Amino acid sequence: MSTASVDTGLPAPAAPAGDAERAAQRERFALLRSSKTFLVGAGILGIFVICAIFGEALAPDDPYATNPLNDLAAPSSDHWFGTDRVGRDVFSRVIVGARDILVVAPAATLLGTVIGTALGLITGYYRGAVDDVVSRVIDAFLAIPVVILGILAITALGPSNLTVIIVIGVVFAPVIARTVRAAVLQEREMEYVAAAQLRNEKAPYVMFAEILPNVMGPVMVEFTVRLGYAVFTVATLSFLGFGIQPPAPDWGVQVYEHYGLISGGYWWPVLFPALAIGILVIAVNMIADGIAKAFER
Amino acid sequence: MSAAPAATAHALELDALEVAYRVRGQWRRVLRGVSLQIAEGESYGLVGESGCGKSTAAFAALRYLPRNGRVSSGGIRVAGEDLLAMSDADVRRLRATKVSMVYQNPTSALNPAIRIGEQVAEVFTIQGSSEDEAGDRAREMLEKVQISDPAGVMRRYPHQLSGGMNQRVIIAMALAKDPALLILDEPTTGLDATVESEVLDLVAAMRKEFSSSVLFISHSLEVIARMCDRVGVLYAGRVVEEGPVGEVFDNPRHPYAVGLLRCIPRGGARKDKGRLDTIPGFLPGLGAELAGCVFADRCGLVQDICREKEPDLLDVGNDHTSRCHFHEKAQSLPRVESPAPVKSEAADGDGTPILLTRNMRKTFHQDGHDVRAVEDLTLELGEGETLGLVGESGSGKTTLARLLLGLTEPDEGSIVELDGRQLAGKISKRDREQVRAVQIVFQNPDAALNRRFSIHRIIARALTMLVGTKGTAMESRLQDLAHSVRFDVRLIRQRPAQLSGGLKQRVAIARAFAGEPRVVVCDEPTSALDVSVQAAILNLLAELQAEKGTAYLFISHDLGVVRYLSDRIAVLYLGRLMELGDAETVFGPPQHPYTEALLSAVPQADGKPRPRIRLEGEIPSHADPPSGCVFHTRCPRYIGDICRDEEPELKEVEPGHHWRCHYSAEELRELQQTAPPQREESAP
Repeated sequence: MSTASVDTGLPAPAAPAGDAERAAQRERFALLRSSKTFLVGAGILGIFVICAIFGEALAPDDPYATNPLNDLAAPSSDHWFGTDRVGRDVFSRVIVGARDILVVAPAATLLGTVIGTALGLITGYYRGAVDDVVSRVIDAFLAIPVVILGILAITALGPSNLTVIIVIGVVFAPVIARTVRAAVLQEREMEYVAAAQLRNEKAPYVMFAEILPNVMGPVMVEFTVRLGYAVFTVATLSFLGFGIQPPAPDWGVQVYEHYGLISGGYWWPVLFPALAIGILVIAVNMIADGIAKAFER
Repeated sequence: MSAAPAATAHALELDALEVAYRVRGQWRRVLRGVSLQIAEGESYGLVGESGCGKSTAAFAALRYLPRNGRVSSGGIRVAGEDLLAMSDADVRRLRATKVSMVYQNPTSALNPAIRIGEQVAEVFTIQGSSEDEAGDRAREMLEKVQISDPAGVMRRYPHQLSGGMNQRVIIAMALAKDPALLILDEPTTGLDATVESEVLDLVAAMRKEFSSSVLFISHSLEVIARMCDRVGVLYAGRVVEEGPVGEVFDNPRHPYAVGLLRCIPRGGARKDKGRLDTIPGFLPGLGAELAGCVFADRCGLVQDICREKEPDLLDVGNDHTSRCHFHEKAQSLPRVESPAPVKSEAADGDGTPILLTRNMRKTFHQDGHDVRAVEDLTLELGEGETLGLVGESGSGKTTLARLLLGLTEPDEGSIVELDGRQLAGKISKRDREQVRAVQIVFQNPDAALNRRFSIHRIIARALTMLVGTKGTAMESRLQDLAHSVRFDVRLIRQRPAQLSGGLKQRVAIARAFAGEPRVVVCDEPTSALDVSVQAAILNLLAELQAEKGTAYLFISHDLGVVRYLSDRIAVLYLGRLMELGDAETVFGPPQHPYTEALLSAVPQADGKPRPRIRLEGEIPSHADPPSGCVFHTRCPRYIGDICRDEEPELKEVEPGHHWRCHYSAEELRELQQTAPPQREESAP
């Protein structure tokens, strides 16, 4: 017995267009606002976004300024997170380091979502041979490790943020395509699709104008979930040297540059950027959870 | 524990029960002081349209409300025990031992991952039986509900059984604990008429054997009339009329009950004899504040007093009560629809068919099997004619519709012709004129209308694509179209979810009629609707046909509805045409034995029993149809080897009346004066 959908048999009085949709929208926001998980996640993400935008203004020191006389200084009141092996302020680098990752990860996820949704719509709508061929290609892509693809792309395209965006977008697209395909398979059995065919609608119209709006829920959820993965993947690629390139103050790069020094007791240039990665991933996942709950009706 | 039950305790007693749901932060009254008593061994029916609170009453009786529901006041006593005073543990114990509930959807009521045997046995292990004993008792119980191979069924999973079989299993589980009260919530709504009939027979037989008290909830007056001793008519969370079934149905004393009974096409009602009456307006909103009578806004007999003072439950004699100030006048409720028959303005066709199929075949390939959904079907549809298509589920009705529309491509060699020109099998290969000529109204408007689009966009798109009009010309056509389906244009910017089921179906009809079609397929267009709305939609379809001369292919499992609208009727079984003829010819003897069985399964609102013919067993598989006459395995008039070995031709037995049976018209006319004998041996 559901509640909101109890059919009263009553038509809403002539209300302005989209009233119900707006009410549903409002309800979703109310749900989000009342979700502590979502709010905490959004709060943390907000702090990182501020860091990304106003990085240099907020940072106490120039994140690029080296100081060979004060390398690997332990955290102190001068340098809260200490300094790295060339004497740069770790705290400043962590703050400014939010920028690249917060551009690259969402852009990559967006690219993956757009490609994935299109593929999911096409395979789910046509099924049959189209689905078989595209799905096998997708499977093949899924079998290639991100890192291998990263090496290939770096070699072919040269290292840049754009390369990272393309690599991650291409890797994510198949995963998203699968989720969207499943939703489309269900949706295409709805009779409004048959009704569209009975008006001689072209396939692209049916897919993108009729079906797409009805699968936006899963697409939104998939986007936020993938965003969390993207943050982690960007950091991983950077750590391995295939991602954002030094001397950019990227977190993954920082970890890469200093992890060999941990055994010497210099933990701070590694721990703080690593923590930043972890906290950002958790924050995004908390947001994803909140959104998933708000969309599952 | 509550006090020991009194000796004469009612099986169920609801006392001024108020239930509210919290929706968007507000408590809304759903049940408004429902009082009823079910005596021991009595069968009580609760009838009403969707949204009036039937299911809520059933759930509340077990204190089993959704999380946002609460009992605001009133009392619930089951077998003398006060449910509201009980601890949760005691309520669970009561549910485990004394009350059973059977829900509408049998497949979702069983756990798909557990074998039937284990699920039935669980009822007994809960009561303390050992596992072996529980297994034995489970088998016994399945035998009691007339499952022929209980041991085999126990080993299977729910998805391996048909809906009717699953419902039998659930009834077995419900009766297994010999409950003091059995609650049946629309137990047969999702089932075919023949299966429904069997399940109802079973419930009746079981009720006798177990002498349980029953609360039977249904939207169907026919089913209630057949199954219950007393009936309560529920409207907007209030019992407005109550009494013995015969009394209430023959002599209704509340305008709502009078209106409901008038909505059903029954007793051979036909469109050329008169429109169906409807109930105007809508159910009051959930939790609306109603000062006077709950039905006042829709009542044709309403007076000032009705809006000011709620009538008490008045005794009208014969144990019959009505909550109406003017109950003695209830039956003079003015008709909403003029009783005049729907007159056809468009000239009746000259008999040349506009749509015809020849040798239509469709084979689906499934797991390496060939499944023949439609087999060599030849049909004609004349201008302005309604051809009714009946048959159990799986008979190929919907497949045939999809084949005609081009949504499914027929096998090679099948022919569909429109106005003498052959149509491509695929919709994408038909030109615009051909596409607009054949349209459909689907069963479920929720699935047929894109929920993200406004009504305006849905209809406008159809006009643009099918007619090619744009701009103001399109807008004015849209207005005309909305007007012709009696859709209030003020609602045109709404989305489907904001409209009631009947209004949504009107939009679907408007869409189908947007391109001035020659033929409209109506695939169960009213089976998702309440009876009062159904009547209005049937009237609308009849009027549109009279106005525009459109031909209908009308698919329905409700034979009363088919009879009301159809000029001719085609009966399908396993994808084959079994009988074809004028509606009145098909509905009267002589009939094909399958049609005879179908008709005998229809419960009637007047509750008069008629000899019922039970179809043995399940519909055979399409992948492996029986030899000879495909119906021979279940035929009540089975002759002998000839039926098994030789498939009868579709022959014309009377002018315009065809069937596929070895019997002649005279032989069946003779035979059908008496009910058929029960078949002893089932054919191999």
